[in-house]
Amino acid sequence: MSKSEPRIGVYVCHCGLNIGAVVDVAAVAQYAQTLPGVVVSRESTYTCSDNGQRSIQEDIENHNLSRVVVASCSPRMHGDTFMKTCETAGLNPYLFEMVNIREQCSWVHTDKEQATEKAKDLVRMAVAKVRLLEPLEKQKSAVNKAALVIGGGVAGIFSALYLANAGIKTYVVEKKPSIGGHMAQLDKTFPTLDCSLCILSPRMADIGKHENIELITYADIENISGYAGNFQVTVKSNPRYVIKENCRLCGVCAEKCPISLPDEFNMGLKKRKAVYIPFPQAVPNYYLIDAGHCLHITKGGCMLCQKNCPNDAIDFEETEAVRELNVGAIIVATGFELYDATQKKEYGYGRYPNVITNMDFERWVSADGPTHGKVVRPSDGAPPQRIGFIQCVGSRDEKEGAVYCSRICCMATVKQATMLREKYPSAEIYVYYTDMRTPGKGFEEFYQRGREHGIVFIRGKPGEIEEDDNHNLLIVSEDTDSGLILRNTLDLVVLACGLRPPEALEELAQKLHLSRSPDGFIMEAHPKLRPAETSISGVFLTGCVQFPKDIPDTVAQSGGAAAMAAALLTKDEIELEPVRAAVDEELCIGCGLCEENCDYGAIEVKKTEEGMKAQVIEVACQGCGVCAASCPQKAVTVRHFTDGQLLAQVTAALEPEVIV
Amino acid sequence: MYEPKIIGFLCNWCSYAAADLAGTSRIQYPSNMRAIRVMCSSRVDPEHVLRAFVNGADGVLIAGCHPGDCHYISGNYKTERKYVLLREMLEQFGIDPRRLRLEWCSSAEGGKFAQVVTEMTEELKTLGPIELGAGD
Repeated sequence: MSKSEPRIGVYVCHCGLNIGAVVDVAAVAQYAQTLPGVVVSRESTYTCSDNGQRSIQEDIENHNLSRVVVASCSPRMHGDTFMKTCETAGLNPYLFEMVNIREQCSWVHTDKEQATEKAKDLVRMAVAKVRLLEPLEKQKSAVNKAALVIGGGVAGIFSALYLANAGIKTYVVEKKPSIGGHMAQLDKTFPTLDCSLCILSPRMADIGKHENIELITYADIENISGYAGNFQVTVKSNPRYVIKENCRLCGVCAEKCPISLPDEFNMGLKKRKAVYIPFPQAVPNYYLIDAGHCLHITKGGCMLCQKNCPNDAIDFEETEAVRELNVGAIIVATGFELYDATQKKEYGYGRYPNVITNMDFERWVSADGPTHGKVVRPSDGAPPQRIGFIQCVGSRDEKEGAVYCSRICCMATVKQATMLREKYPSAEIYVYYTDMRTPGKGFEEFYQRGREHGIVFIRGKPGEIEEDDNHNLLIVSEDTDSGLILRNTLDLVVLACGLRPPEALEELAQKLHLSRSPDGFIMEAHPKLRPAETSISGVFLTGCVQFPKDIPDTVAQSGGAAAMAAALLTKDEIELEPVRAAVDEELCIGCGLCEENCDYGAIEVKKTEEGMKAQVIEVACQGCGVCAASCPQKAVTVRHFTDGQLLAQVTAALEPEVIV
Repeated sequence: MYEPKIIGFLCNWCSYAAADLAGTSRIQYPSNMRAIRVMCSSRVDPEHVLRAFVNGADGVLIAGCHPGDCHYISGNYKTERKYVLLREMLEQFGIDPRRLRLEWCSSAEGGKFAQVVTEMTEELKTLGPIELGAGD
């Protein structure tokens, strides 16, 4: 505790009208002036502005302030800003306390009198705490200059290339046997109709051969520990049972393999063997054996692939490999899952052969697809003449658990309808939509071109699809613009399925301690200002793992995430939060409760000359305070959140006249 | 009218952020709670809660991350263990255990946070002011 009486400056912010319209800021500032130790109390319109900050700095100098309290927005918003303000003026930044009278007062209360009383109480609590604060020094920790990118779709590919091109050693871990993600499955991209793989596969190849990139595919993240600048990541790679150097891609193994399975890359519309390559442009570009279905691995025998391989590339002895990666930053780029259309029973996907999804369509229309790019009715192979698209399948649908708009489906449908129009100039094409959303460069123009080319847009979401004996599809819908009931018999219906967070995201989010939004996607550190950062320092995010977005937005965000990661990784050392546990060895009786409760192994009871005593391992301590709360002797405390400081807040909240 | 006084210990990562989100979403709730930010709900010592009641709090809220989502691996589980014992202790002291609440609010649950404070305020109004030593 500081020996002399502290000299406190209090700054109460109007935040324009955000606070000032509800809280009587002048009254709060006047009240603060009466609190013990307060030598300056001011109101300001925008405390975070240059002027506002300068006024604090001048007061620190002119009034020799030893403590600063700012009552404005959340410390999560501007805590760092004002800590820097103090630091620049020569005041230790940990002698600062922030009072949240915006998010937790003026924005949630309408009664001006009550809000003002609450603001006064909160300021008094902060003054009580700030009196007891002690200066803290930040420790430095060396930065491990490597990065990890989790996910090898377009988001992960571009993040990794940006980092690697900046000279940063980058690991890319991908769950599937090849990188490429969903973008590799698309035939064309909107609104330019660029060939998707033509623009992606050169970048995939770059990942495979970049000197700064180490690609680990067919692998899972087992465990993650550590902190910004110093993460330890355990990665488990599944065996492929094929030796990369020996595989010449001749395909004899797959020819001989007796097991035929649905080809995931082609949405099950084609078959693959148990030994296979996911798609021709796959990176890494060599075969693998699907252990779950290989006859030899599941039942023994067979080995036709091994017997026939001309290059001895098959190795059934391969086992899973576990590796430890040490990295300073992590970019999460695990993408999305397509909504499971079988859930929407009224549209008959999975029961009616001529109802397909938007991703099925991409494979039908692709040169590598089941019909080499010819879109046909799956039931009879006939070219469709009357085609319908249904929008918002699994999006904007509370019943299906997604209130949000998936953002890409409107344009994907316009693209697919445009491609159909090229292939079938006389076909009738109908799009059943809720609202057409075209907020992107060239999107509205693309949509209008579709309309000019005779694609019919009907406002109204069909309730259900019925099927006749010839697998024709009957749709009855209301055109909500005209109020007419429309009956349409169609050859083919494409469901524009929305985007969902991947099922495995929950587990990864828990391993990384990341928060998720109610929609299940990962929450960014700030929705406007920190869209590529998470609440965990050193962990960044990009692409659809944050929220559905298209390819240009994903690539842009990947650049942002990579820049943020690079800013961290190009430092030699970073400052660690000094909010850590400390032990008073005189009080410690060596009972070990603190050690038992610590999840980080950051406090240990050791033999000393004075007997068994707890000792804090500073770099491992994360500052949660569980040790302090469990110590029966009050021997352990957490700096900046000491018992004395917390109890001063409690007392000040309840007994206005008592400030210790 | 009687307005209960509530002390709220909010963990920095989830529930404090939830309270912020309630603000940015302009979700209104009663102004009875005074928040104290802690890094983790596990920092809350039973003594902090008892001292709040002794000093005249009508209710104490401890809010943390959902089970499994703790920023500090398993701090919230330890909070829960202490909470269960603390409620029993309150009962022995003659304090209605409903005056102490433990709630999980993720940083995305601004609505839930506002609802928790609203419900708690309403319940404390029916319980009336705390009277220590009077068999509250």
